[in-house]
Amino acid sequence: MGQQHLQPNVNISLNDKPVRKSRWLSFMKKLTKNKAAIAGATVVFTIMILAILAPLIAPYDPTHIDMSKKFQGPSSEHWLGTDDKGRDILSRLLFGSRISLTVGILSTLLGAIVGVVLGIVAGYYGKWIDSVIMRICDVLLAFPGLLLALAIVSILGPSTTNTIIAIAIFAVPTFARIVRGSTLSVKKLEYVDAIRAMGSRDTRIIFKHILPNITSPIIVQATLYIASAIITASALSFLGLGTQPPDPEWGTMLSNGRSYIAQAPHITLFPGLVILLVVVGFNLFGDGLRDALDPKSKK
Amino acid sequence: MSDLNKNKILEVKNLCTSFFTDEGEVKAVDGVNFFIEKGKTVGIVGESGSGKSITSLSILRLIQEPAGKIVNGEIVFKGENLLEKSKKEMRSIRGNNISMIFQEPMTSLNPTMTCGEQIAESIRIHQKLGRKEAKEKAIEMLKLVGIPSPEKRVKQYPFELSGGMRQRVMIAIALACNPELLIADEPTTALDVTIQAQILDLIRNLQKELGTSLMIITHDLGVVAEMCETVAVMYCGKIVEYADVKTILTNPKHPYTIGLLNSVPRHDQVYDGDLPVIKGSVPSPFNLPKGCRFVSRCPHAKDICHNQLPELKTMDDGNQVRCWIHTESWEKQEEEVASNS
Repeated sequence: MGQQHLQPNVNISLNDKPVRKSRWLSFMKKLTKNKAAIAGATVVFTIMILAILAPLIAPYDPTHIDMSKKFQGPSSEHWLGTDDKGRDILSRLLFGSRISLTVGILSTLLGAIVGVVLGIVAGYYGKWIDSVIMRICDVLLAFPGLLLALAIVSILGPSTTNTIIAIAIFAVPTFARIVRGSTLSVKKLEYVDAIRAMGSRDTRIIFKHILPNITSPIIVQATLYIASAIITASALSFLGLGTQPPDPEWGTMLSNGRSYIAQAPHITLFPGLVILLVVVGFNLFGDGLRDALDPKSKK
Repeated sequence: MSDLNKNKILEVKNLCTSFFTDEGEVKAVDGVNFFIEKGKTVGIVGESGSGKSITSLSILRLIQEPAGKIVNGEIVFKGENLLEKSKKEMRSIRGNNISMIFQEPMTSLNPTMTCGEQIAESIRIHQKLGRKEAKEKAIEMLKLVGIPSPEKRVKQYPFELSGGMRQRVMIAIALACNPELLIADEPTTALDVTIQAQILDLIRNLQKELGTSLMIITHDLGVVAEMCETVAVMYCGKIVEYADVKTILTNPKHPYTIGLLNSVPRHDQVYDGDLPVIKGSVPSPFNLPKGCRFVSRCPHAKDICHNQLPELKTMDDGNQVRCWIHTESWEKQEEEVASNS
């Protein structure tokens, strides 16, 4: 009796699983074949894990000042040396990764959400709504990125939160454009007409039928955007408008070590290298994602 | 007469739908009249660009504004004019009272949702059902449209199904809320011949079973012969011949209908060389002839055809034809020509 009950269940799970898996598998297969993407992903996830574990693995307090140990080069005691106030650079980089990644990811997320909604509304409804939204985006895009962020931060005042807001605002038009374009092409597909002919309301068509079909360009753009968000955040901090000292942020550290670049190059070298590494990591990962998610790419 | 009105599920009166482009107004549908009786099937026949699809989209008010617009006419569904309905009222009619099957089963399903979800969704738009009940109904619908092992198929994505299967899923979606009228826009055009026959059988059986009225849009006269009771032949946005299927097939009166029928290959006929064709092509919608729209391709065209648009005239056998040949003016002109020479 028990066996009879079990039988159909077993059947369904057997018939069912490979189907769902196959899409995910083909995506993973494409992604893992791409060595650059794997390298990028490794860097990105390693730094994320390090950022999460920072309080546990950092050898020193990142803000602890010890003037007796200033300008020390790399040693067994301080792996990456100390800065002008005798703070451990490795610890500062580890804690700084928390700030940089948070700023990068949060600002991208915020910008993406607003941008996606605006883009999808513009693309779906068209007419004057489209014109208004896209002209505002054009104006925002006409500013050089950093200049716009500078302007916003100088209005809001320098802080980490305001850096996130500034970068998010700058991210909005980028996402809005991509999403609008994708929406325009998906909207023309016959299935959207078919769903409309079934009496579906606009909000349902937008969020249930159009959005899921344009996720891949959004994911790719978001991954790539995190990299430029981190750079912009560092640049703002470098200029003294982002994260405020003594909080360890990569850009702040760069700016801090700038005065001593001749005597103690390691103070600027290591934060610079880390920024480079993370940005390259995100870019490679993003490119890999794009190739894997694009149905037209064969490799 | 009132009895006939009662039986009419849909009546289209003087429907005019235009598209407004930079080059000017295109009258895609220009004064179309026809009706569908309860449980009956009407076929709309014509070549590409004759306005048959636009007619069906107009009925559901799915013409994309501002490019296209229903300029004039009435669409009376169960005694109520659909053109006077609010957007919300139209939404509750679409899918629930009138639903539609599209031409391309390959692109008419959302690739990111399983078939079951899509059927369940169309049910849940119109009926207050729980997720589980809607899913059960979806399985039931798949069974109804003859999909084997529906419990397995509901969980599959459209890309895992063949074209015929997808068209069956489309039919399941369209019939999920038991609509009174089903509009099928070239339901078999994208399918291969064996599957076409299956799908037509399915539609016909379901129509009988559920009592749905049917409007079939097609350019395939075989489909018409098989499915329809009444046929409207469209050319350049106008109905040129409107009659019951038997009359159309055995005694067509408009030169265009005759041409269409002649160009269908018949198994009981031997052809040496090419099949007969209708010479020329459809005139540009920006530059329609002043007179009869078929004039440039008509083998019988005379002066009057070039100068004046004929009216749709009812013949003795109830057949309606828009052609000068079947009017008194035609004979008069023939006499004139004879006396002149």
